[in-house]
Amino acid sequence: MKKKFVLTFPPESTNEPVTCRLIRDFGLDINILRAEINAGQEGKLLLEISSTKENLDKGLGYLESRMITWEPVAEKIHFHQDPCIHCGSCTAVCFSGALEMDRLTRELVFTPEKCIACGLCPSACPLRLFTLEFAV
Amino acid sequence: MQNRRTYEEINQKISSGRAVVLTASEVSELSKTLSPTEIFRKVDVVTTATFGPMCSSGMFINVGHTRPPMRMEQILLNQVPVYGGIAAVDAYIGATSESENRPGYGGAHVIEELIAGKEVEIDSLAKGTDCYPRKSFNGKISKHTVNEMILFNPRNAYQNYAAAVNTSDRTLYTYMGMLLPRLGNLTYSTSGELSPLLNDPWLRTIGVGTRIFLGGAQGFVTGRGTQFRTDVERNDHSIPLKNAATLAVTGNAKEMDTAYIRAAYFEKYGVSLFVGIGIPVPVLDEDMAARVSIRNEQIETSIADYASPAHEELGRVNYRQLQSGSLRLKGKKVRTAPMSSLPVARRIAGVLAEEIRQGKFFLTQPVEALA
Ligand code: SF4
Ligand code: SF4
Repeated sequence: MKKKFVLTFPPESTNEPVTCRLIRDFGLDINILRAEINAGQEGKLLLEISSTKENLDKGLGYLESRMITWEPVAEKIHFHQDPCIHCGSCTAVCFSGALEMDRLTRELVFTPEKCIACGLCPSACPLRLFTLEFAV
Repeated sequence: MQNRRTYEEINQKISSGRAVVLTASEVSELSKTLSPTEIFRKVDVVTTATFGPMCSSGMFINVGHTRPPMRMEQILLNQVPVYGGIAAVDAYIGATSESENRPGYGGAHVIEELIAGKEVEIDSLAKGTDCYPRKSFNGKISKHTVNEMILFNPRNAYQNYAAAVNTSDRTLYTYMGMLLPRLGNLTYSTSGELSPLLNDPWLRTIGVGTRIFLGGAQGFVTGRGTQFRTDVERNDHSIPLKNAATLAVTGNAKEMDTAYIRAAYFEKYGVSLFVGIGIPVPVLDEDMAARVSIRNEQIETSIADYASPAHEELGRVNYRQLQSGSLRLKGKKVRTAPMSSLPVARRIAGVLAEEIRQGKFFLTQPVEALA
């Protein structure tokens, strides 16, 4: 199974090679989608993990023992497209390339396949047209 | 060949269906191959437009008298406090006024719903007087039951606006959108070469009484907007390099269309209103022809760092760079994103041009200049 998680690190644990241990000790296959970690500060990591359910549970258990909180991430973002006014605010926060302005028409182009469900566009859209659909 | 044309001549051409009307983007494109003299000869009117969040907006409403009559003092519309400190059943719905029990919902949403023809709940209280004995009223109102709905926006259509970035270590939630830390993005606001006051930088033709497209209806410029400034630095094309002139505008909201008036909520900032404004600029002479020929690469604005309290200026950028999707700042590639809608602004410029061509919209000479 393949799932996405956001890990939140307390300031103390950012120096530990957590992902490395998840891969080595628990046999998880990990793809880092996004990282925001600064030594001495709270850090966030968006991971896509492929593994068996058993190994995954063990890995998540290990995270808890290290005071690292984890949340399953929405598999997809729902976009209520009709009322969109093409203001572009959402493209300011989308780093995956899922939300971009068309060079010519200047309209919003949404490419769901590129979305990594980072969860930023729901707050960025002034018309509130995005909702995260959690698949826990 | 005459080197001037008057408002009367233009309006005569409009009524006989002979006026040549182009949008500001079309003229900017033409200006790559035609001189201002040639553009002056060819074009009578250029339409400009913008559709962006404009916080300083609101609507006067007269909800109609109750029986027995009431002098409403405290008024809530859909739980949003509106200003009742004017005559008996008049009120002013400020776009940014927020509901206490419905987060992210405010005056702008009430305005949008009223324009859309929806019913809105009214709750009001008064102390009661001899001539206005009633002390409370709850009910529903809509566009069809109220007497007037008059959009009156004290500050719209900024002539230019600084682009926003954030050099701090945390995300900033602003009216310029979410500014990601460490120069994670840049947001900008005007519609560039299509923007009304950038096509008439010295306000020769846009003044008190100018008829405009406002939210889908015909409206008017009533005067200077608040925070109106002209003493800002300009570039070689007379473009002010930051926030400069503004307009106060008004129009009949009962005739407006929610395609051009939209409520917005900016995370951790608050409610605002997207307002669609279109302004026709008469090509009176070669000077105006040169002004409306302005292109995105000639329109510059400053970059303001919202991480510093005084919004320290980090540099200057032109709209061609802004609209390209990214630029280099402090050695970093920074993604750029608009805050106002170019497709809707283009649509407004197109609709306005068509109305003028069809003789439904005439130009007005300002009653008085703004600057
Ligand atoms: S959640 Fe939104 S901002 Fe994040 S990647 Fe998907 S579309 Fe882009
Ligand atoms: S922020 Fe919302 S309204 Fe604006 S372009 Fe994105 S989806 Fe459309």
